Amino acid sequence: MVDYFKEDITSLHDKLVHKEITVRQLVEATYDYIDKTEGKVNAFITLNKEAALKQADALDEKGVDPDNLLSGIPLGIKDNIVTKGLKTTAASHILDNFMPVYNATVMDKLDALDTITVGKTNMDEFAMGGSTETSYFGKTHNPWNLDKVPGGSSGGSAAAVAAGEVIAALGTDTGGSIRQPAAFNGIFGIKPTYGRVSRWGLMAFGSSLDQIGVMSRTIKDSALVLNAISGHDEHDGTSAAADVPDFTAALNQDIKGLKIAVPKEYMDEGVDDDVVSAIKAAIATFEKLGATVEEVTLPYTKYAVPAYYIIASSEASSNLQRYDGIRYGFRAKDVNSLKSVYVRSRSEGFGDEVKRRIMLGSFSLSAGYYDAYFKKAAQVRTLVKRDFDQLFEKYDLVLGPTAPTPAFGLGEKITDPVTMYLNDILTIPANLAGIPAASVPAGFSKDGLPIGVQLMAKALDEATIFKAADAFERHTDFHNQVPAFKGGQN
Amino acid sequence: MISKEQVTHVADLARLEFDEAQLNNFTTQLDKIVDFVDQLNEVDTTGIEPTTHVTSAVNVFRDDVPQKGEGRAALLKNVPEERDGLIRVPAIIDKEED
Repeated sequence: MVDYFKEDITSLHDKLVHKEITVRQLVEATYDYIDKTEGKVNAFITLNKEAALKQADALDEKGVDPDNLLSGIPLGIKDNIVTKGLKTTAASHILDNFMPVYNATVMDKLDALDTITVGKTNMDEFAMGGSTETSYFGKTHNPWNLDKVPGGSSGGSAAAVAAGEVIAALGTDTGGSIRQPAAFNGIFGIKPTYGRVSRWGLMAFGSSLDQIGVMSRTIKDSALVLNAISGHDEHDGTSAAADVPDFTAALNQDIKGLKIAVPKEYMDEGVDDDVVSAIKAAIATFEKLGATVEEVTLPYTKYAVPAYYIIASSEASSNLQRYDGIRYGFRAKDVNSLKSVYVRSRSEGFGDEVKRRIMLGSFSLSAGYYDAYFKKAAQVRTLVKRDFDQLFEKYDLVLGPTAPTPAFGLGEKITDPVTMYLNDILTIPANLAGIPAASVPAGFSKDGLPIGVQLMAKALDEATIFKAADAFERHTDFHNQVPAFKGGQN
Repeated sequence: MISKEQVTHVADLARLEFDEAQLNNFTTQLDKIVDFVDQLNEVDTTGIEPTTHVTSAVNVFRDDVPQKGEGRAALLKNVPEERDGLIRVPAIIDKEED
């Protein structure tokens, strides 16, 4: 009845307004399809069926607002965004029974527009990881090849969209957690400027890096949802006071004269041949569309990964102190002192990757090591940011691959933290600099796995990313490909 | 080189504990990670100001007016152990305190 591979938010809205389908039918069709695909993909931790159907009936009663494209549209929400009355776990044992008592600002904004929350998507525990394998709730499988990871940490949101379970989903991005899974799943994903979207109600990981964003098959759908969730919020002192443009106004524009920089470090050895070919083809497409593309250098790229892992882990070690087994979350059994409540609840409640980050962060901030690690990393961050500031004086966009490789195999990197961390080398710089960045479908490897091209712009200039990505989408066909759900025997 | 003693010390700071096998594993892994991040020493950062946030905001103030919270009943729903509307914890002063 409804096939998300053949629709976008606008076409679904037309069907709802013209009563070709009711909101209830749309929601039921969504869950029917999810029932059929979840056994292969496992994109969701929690489904919200009962409440969603109730909301659908209320909307059918009230009538879909013809002026509100998002009215009655089912969305997936990453499980580190708190949803009042709907279990929110951050994919961690320590929060596996946590019921939020308030909504994240983004959820209040979406609720006001009558979107429907289909469920909470799987992720790496506390968003720490690049494969969704650190989830307490099982692995998510890549719909293009079920033996591959969906990327992470927003792997559930990406796989749900790519599998056609939802039309769009919210993700979060601290070091690439929207863009890398978007690339691995052949969909669009945008991390807006730091501060563009309120972090109120986002479970904190690295507070100076975290940002909520959108993942969808079409660029217009992400523009529509980003319009809805952006804006200043008094609950988040770091949210930007800047006006929010209508991001859909950037669509269907000419990109003649657009100046694009390609850092040579982003195409270096370590980047897979198929990825290099796809990015070169994307560059040729942009040139054909009238953009000028020049090679530049971002000399501190190599140091962005170590700087990021110190900064993000330090912030995480501080943010995760709140999980103490006292006020909410998991509390260890048979503990007889207050300190052992803390120690045992945390040791039993957190998974290994979260513990590694807490340990690295606590080490980097501890007496005697602060200057050599945390402060040094924060100084290198200044240099990374300065590199970008200088580039954006001359260029509109920075272009490169989103990830050095297509999706890797389940279990392939999980035992080697440093190798896993290096997969983030191309996405981390945008978080350190606080600039907006997106991954756009740009081709396939010889094995049929999706490849993404990354576009970055100066702070608060998401519109230029949308403009270029949309022009690219109109002249390519990668976003229309449908995953095969192959493999999955093991 | 990170030692097991350092790892145990940092674990205590972070309110985590590891058994012997985990301790060995974490020491090896943290040593590799610290070795990896040590490449930052190749960068000359003399005179470079650290960046700890990327917004231009300095301090954000609001008026100190009371605001309605979620209420005790709602907040207590997530509490692991409660009694008479209060959060229950082991005795803070206890002979068994370690």
